[in-house]
Amino acid sequence: MATSSVSKGCFVFKPNFKKRKISVPQLQEELNKNLFDSLIEFLRKSYSGFQKSSRDWGCQIKLREIPTAALILGVNVTDHDLTFRSLTEALQNNVSPYVVSLQAKDCPDMKHFLQKLVSQLMDCCVDEETKEGSIQVAQKKTHCSMDSLSSWYTNVTRKTDPKMPRKKRTSSSQWQSPPVVLILKDMESFTTKVLQDFIIISSQHLHEFPLILIFGIATSPIIIHRLLPHAVSSLLCIELFQSLSCKEHLTTVLDKLLLTTQFPFKLSEKVLQILTNIFLYHDFSIQNFIKGLQFSLLEHFYSQPLSVLCCNLPEAKRRINFLSDNQCENIRRLPSFRRYVEKQASEKQVALLTNERFLKEEIQSLLENLHVYHSNYFLVLRCLHQFTSSLPKYPLGRQIRELYCTCLEKNIWDSEEYVSALQLLRMLAKDELMTILQKCFKIFKSTSEKQLGSTAKRIEEFLAQFQNLDEAKEEEDTSGSLSKGLQKTDLYHLQKSLLEMKELRRTNKKQTRFEVLREKVVNFIDSLVREYLLPPETQPLHEVVYFTAAHTLREHLNAAPRIALHTALNNPYYYLKNEALKSEEGCIPNVAPDICIAYKLHLECSRLINLVDWSEAFATVVTAAEKTDADSATSEERNEIIHARFIRAVSELELLGFIKPTKQKTDHVARLTWGGC
Amino acid sequence: MPHLENMVLCREPQVSTLQALFGERHHFSFPSIFIYGHTASGKTYVTQTLLKTLELPHVFVNCVECFTSRLLLEQILNKLNHLCSSEDGCSTQVTCETFNDFVRLFKQVTKAESLKDQTVYIVLDKAEYLRDMEANLLPGFLRLQELTDRNVTVLFLSEIVWEKFRPNTGCFEPFVLYFPDYSIGNLQKILSHDHPPEYSADFYAAYINILLGVFYTVCRDLKELRYLAVLNFPKYCEPVVKGEANERDTRKLWRNIEPHLKRAMQTVYLREISSSQWEKLQKDDTDPAQLKGLSAYTHVELPYYSKFILIAAYLASYNPARTDKRFFLKHHGKIKKTNFLKKHEKITSLVTLQLLTLVGHDDQLDGPKYKCTVSLEFIRAIARTVNFDIIKYLYDFL
Repeated sequence: MATSSVSKGCFVFKPNFKKRKISVPQLQEELNKNLFDSLIEFLRKSYSGFQKSSRDWGCQIKLREIPTAALILGVNVTDHDLTFRSLTEALQNNVSPYVVSLQAKDCPDMKHFLQKLVSQLMDCCVDEETKEGSIQVAQKKTHCSMDSLSSWYTNVTRKTDPKMPRKKRTSSSQWQSPPVVLILKDMESFTTKVLQDFIIISSQHLHEFPLILIFGIATSPIIIHRLLPHAVSSLLCIELFQSLSCKEHLTTVLDKLLLTTQFPFKLSEKVLQILTNIFLYHDFSIQNFIKGLQFSLLEHFYSQPLSVLCCNLPEAKRRINFLSDNQCENIRRLPSFRRYVEKQASEKQVALLTNERFLKEEIQSLLENLHVYHSNYFLVLRCLHQFTSSLPKYPLGRQIRELYCTCLEKNIWDSEEYVSALQLLRMLAKDELMTILQKCFKIFKSTSEKQLGSTAKRIEEFLAQFQNLDEAKEEEDTSGSLSKGLQKTDLYHLQKSLLEMKELRRTNKKQTRFEVLREKVVNFIDSLVREYLLPPETQPLHEVVYFTAAHTLREHLNAAPRIALHTALNNPYYYLKNEALKSEEGCIPNVAPDICIAYKLHLECSRLINLVDWSEAFATVVTAAEKTDADSATSEERNEIIHARFIRAVSELELLGFIKPTKQKTDHVARLTWGGC
Repeated sequence: MPHLENMVLCREPQVSTLQALFGERHHFSFPSIFIYGHTASGKTYVTQTLLKTLELPHVFVNCVECFTSRLLLEQILNKLNHLCSSEDGCSTQVTCETFNDFVRLFKQVTKAESLKDQTVYIVLDKAEYLRDMEANLLPGFLRLQELTDRNVTVLFLSEIVWEKFRPNTGCFEPFVLYFPDYSIGNLQKILSHDHPPEYSADFYAAYINILLGVFYTVCRDLKELRYLAVLNFPKYCEPVVKGEANERDTRKLWRNIEPHLKRAMQTVYLREISSSQWEKLQKDDTDPAQLKGLSAYTHVELPYYSKFILIAAYLASYNPARTDKRFFLKHHGKIKKTNFLKKHEKITSLVTLQLLTLVGHDDQLDGPKYKCTVSLEFIRAIARTVNFDIIKYLYDFL
């Protein structure tokens, strides 16, 4: 039963997955576009500085500075690779074919630094100069100094000069001698000496080897001053570029991938919570987040047979017609569907449970409803977010993802936060309210949903009413000022009249037309929320598109290798599924793998383990079953074999890091885990 | 030599000493000369111009570039080769692994006709790098004349005094020549020397005078001063260009430039903002306060648990271990025990960010030890974001 549907699920999964995969890098490119554009602009400008004729007074001194872009990328180091890759591509297309990126771990000293630089530079032009370049590499690798590098550079640029008209690099070859862009991916990890020396050397060769540096910085630009003394940093002309913060990045990713009807696949509250928690609390890594998302997608299509229907609406409708009996049965078993059926009239119930055709028609309409539900849901969610994101203390969260999580979890209007948020909304000033309403109007206007089209109209009406209020108020003011003046009376009367006036004012305040209108708006929003922000569990067939297996996700993303290792060694049956290995708690079956036996024995020891005792215990366990046949000649041989097996088991344990040799006592090893040293 | 005097300002005694040492072309000179002095005191410039204008055969090598001794030796030999066979154009590259080979090859090279009967000079700039190379290199160069039996003199240029060079095995003592710092008068003279052609020398000299008045107390580095002079000169000329003042209107010009220079001292001079940004500011005439310098960006965003790990590391690095009880028993449970699932991963990422550093050996795989390297200001900012009053837990603040 499962196989057919799983294979179908996978079949659906493929295009869906691909689509998402394509959209993610696109998204990132868009996000980085601004940054890259300004960076390229800077490089161009500084490059034209190189070109400027040196007869300009003062240029001689300024020329000595290496143009440097300090790129602040945030602490999510795992994402940087992707950024650098696309940056390299962008630079190669726009600035210069010679783009080299180096990592600190490749350059422990100047020699390796230059070697890496040279070999990568040569690779840059191998594609143009074919094999000739690779010969050069082999030759130059023996001694690469800045001297040879700059002479190579002049060679290359001179060589390419005459045959200018080339097919591909039209944009980059607009300059006769393109600059060499060197990206230092992780500035923090470079040793001070290497950096300093390199900068000093290259600043001396700058006129014949036009270099531009890009520092990738994860923490803060102060690191430049910490790594480089003034004498060296004075050789650089540093400009700062800040990339988008990773939290903003996450918001956009969520916005584009989850808070949209474009992709049918959705996450349940728990799953989303896990993914965002890992992001916020552990690594700040967008890449890991997207991997988590991809994993959920995969798991959903793999484990949920009805995920066949998780695709865009027309396709899903087409597929419903091909549903097999089994799949229909699956749908009937869905809790959400059963709840739905129970609510129907009895004839319809019978029809739904027995008539396939009727069921399929019903599924079609249900899926349609689900689609409509989602499109309304996101509109109202965004609208509500507009209202709540500017409230003091953010009772419903500052980010839309927090709001989304609460809405997914339960009826939001039952929560205390929602009540307090509404109370705060009832205190909003007019101009605030109007700007929010205008934003909401834009949100609703952007789509052409039939049901919510009227909402946009309502908001427009509200806005108009607020506008009218302005004019009306002026009239009111003038009438208010005409109220009776105080006549000269005694104290008692004065008090009385003052109290009266106060009372009057209070009642007046309650009845301000603005306040009435505000109340109306808040009530309107409340009604919208109650109508459209129902949790997805209430929707029949929500299981088709929502991935809910939070525990599997957690198991996979937050792997616990130590526990897995312990389980494997302590209870080999768990992984090997061999009946002979089934044992009660605490005892060791002698058929278990040797390493398991050794491991179990070592658990009983303290910090230092006597190898002799251990070996004897091992031999006892292994020979426990076949004690009876004790032939002297064979037993000697067997003892040797057991001894060898023991040694192998012990060295395997050492390899896994459970024990290590110690010098404290002869013939002993030290335990490293669980109560070890 | 009037020509030389025009090119080298304020270094007359040093130049005459050197000339006396060099003597006539065919004379044997002192085997090794050690020249030292502060940054930008004209060591390299004087030596280079002297050798060039006297047209003496010389090789100039910067030791920073030669990170291995082999590179250094080969570079010297190649340049020498180039010297004596300049007509041939190209010559084969020499390979030279050891100092022994160097002496042998050096003899071969200097046999050439063009180098005969005259002193060959080898100048080693940034000679302090020699100390990190093989131990025989420095003593070898000091007695190169004796070892090769050729008319050769080695000049060492360094910012470090000779005493710090002397190997403990003893060596040939070079002739030590000190280049003292330029006085304010010298600086004035040298800086005024390179005035732009568009303006008169007096006008530029007045500008240099103002510049030195502002910067002399903090900076005497000639290179740096020249850099600042070039950067800020357009601003000085501004009133003249606009026609608001003439070149002799010194008071007006001074009032215009003085606050500007003071601002430059806090920004460009410290390389807080780059020269190109400074020029742009000048052009647009905006307030430099708007542009944040490098040090202004101190904020680092960290994942939630990483912040706690960092705080814990900071406490562990700066509190003595015996005080742990005192801090953490009293406020028992104040630091919430959190579920550190990816602890190790996070520690390594903090190490790559240079917020923690590994102390002890790299090969100590079990139980590595780290030290927190962030500043108090930094950790306070981090602690504030997670509502943790770190001062309360620091031993130094009791």
